[in-house]
Amino acid sequence: MKFWMRFMVGVLPLSGLMMIAQTSQSLSASNAKAKTTAQSAKPNAPNAVQQDPGERKFQANCGRCHTAPEQLPTSITGTVVRHMRVRASLSAQDEQDILRFLAP
Amino acid sequence: MLFFLEVIVHHMRFRSTGRRFRLIFGCLLLLVIFPVEQHLAAQYVPLISGGASFLTNTNGGLTSYSAPLIEPLVAVPIGQHLLFESREFVQESASPRESPQSYQTHIFSGVTYLQMDYLVTRKLTFVAGKYLVPFATYNERLSPIWISNFQDGPLIATIGIMNGAGTGGMIRGSLLSTPKLSVDYAAYLSANVTTSQFESSHSTGGRIDVFFPASRLEIGTSYGRLFQGVNSNASGFHVWWQPRSIPLSIRSEYAHGQHSHGYWIETAYRLSQWNGPDSWLGRLEPVFRMQQTFRNSPGSDGLPGVDTQRADFALDYHLPHEVRINTSYARQFSSTGDRNVWETGIVYRFLFPAWKGK
Repeated sequence: MKFWMRFMVGVLPLSGLMMIAQTSQSLSASNAKAKTTAQSAKPNAPNAVQQDPGERKFQANCGRCHTAPEQLPTSITGTVVRHMRVRASLSAQDEQDILRFLAP
Repeated sequence: MLFFLEVIVHHMRFRSTGRRFRLIFGCLLLLVIFPVEQHLAAQYVPLISGGASFLTNTNGGLTSYSAPLIEPLVAVPIGQHLLFESREFVQESASPRESPQSYQTHIFSGVTYLQMDYLVTRKLTFVAGKYLVPFATYNERLSPIWISNFQDGPLIATIGIMNGAGTGGMIRGSLLSTPKLSVDYAAYLSANVTTSQFESSHSTGGRIDVFFPASRLEIGTSYGRLFQGVNSNASGFHVWWQPRSIPLSIRSEYAHGQHSHGYWIETAYRLSQWNGPDSWLGRLEPVFRMQQTFRNSPGSDGLPGVDTQRADFALDYHLPHEVRINTSYARQFSSTGDRNVWETGIVYRFLFPAWKGK
């Protein structure tokens, strides 16, 4: 019984967290555009022939380890790319190209 | 922010010299704290990200649970060059007792890393604080629960990473970057720290990666030196390849430690080429991993005590809204006995701003 009570205690904050994240993302007007952009940034996308520099750099650097988030609010795209600059040793120019791709 | 500056300037006319200097200092501080936006659409609002998961593991007939395991991550940009980031974990683990049908639960929590990054140029970034040791690739790049394809890390994951994190300083950056070649490096020095949540060993080491953008091939080598107890060396190399035209990734590593060595090879192929990544088939991703460890001498390095071979098969399913279902089966062979390992889990990746931006 104790285990299942603690299990439910764990589920409730997780559900709250998911609700908060969903609400935050749905309020942003730019999510639709960011979603379209991010979905095309899947690593190894088969249609990667015609790519802008930002998309190419995103796939070559960020996409090596993980997929792009489905929705990326423009309010945090700069923070995300700043984090990736540290991890992937991107240049300032790379940062600007990727920002234009993620938040056109 | 301009409004506040106007108010401050207005008040400066009626304040003493000492207060004017304090107001000037405050203005300069505001300019440092509030980042200058270099791109009009993108903003630098601090973010909260991470993963939350419910995981089960049946190893040799015994089932344990990580319910839940939450790994929140915070990233706060400061000015144009600074980034504060931290990742923690909170886990409630239920594992079977010796008596049947009885479980014992434990709650674990801790700081995975807590660091301040200062981006000088592309060639140089200073990192200070508690950071993930940059040995090989799994610890720094694949360990987050929302990234790793498997619930378990590879058997050789503990070679070269000491406690997993170092406390001290690190430099990293890009040595060379051309359209055909990119060379990155990371080097660290860690102190012996016994403070809770910041435990680390006196060690040093680093990694160099070479990436070929045209072929999407990455080759790297790592080194680590421990200055405590029995001073020991660890070395390793990795090869990653992600073909441009198909959603396939092949990752491999080899590591050699004081008492053991081993390797792992992992391939993942997402079935998105037929009807796209959002179709029911395109969301499916089969993964296979083969790994072996070899014991040279007795030692508590986290690897199996005897030579071990293990094959892992996983089927990951990428649901909408950043939810992924992980299921895997592994068969482990060793002289102490063969066993099956079944793992299932659901992982949710969250990412949202700390507050609403403009």
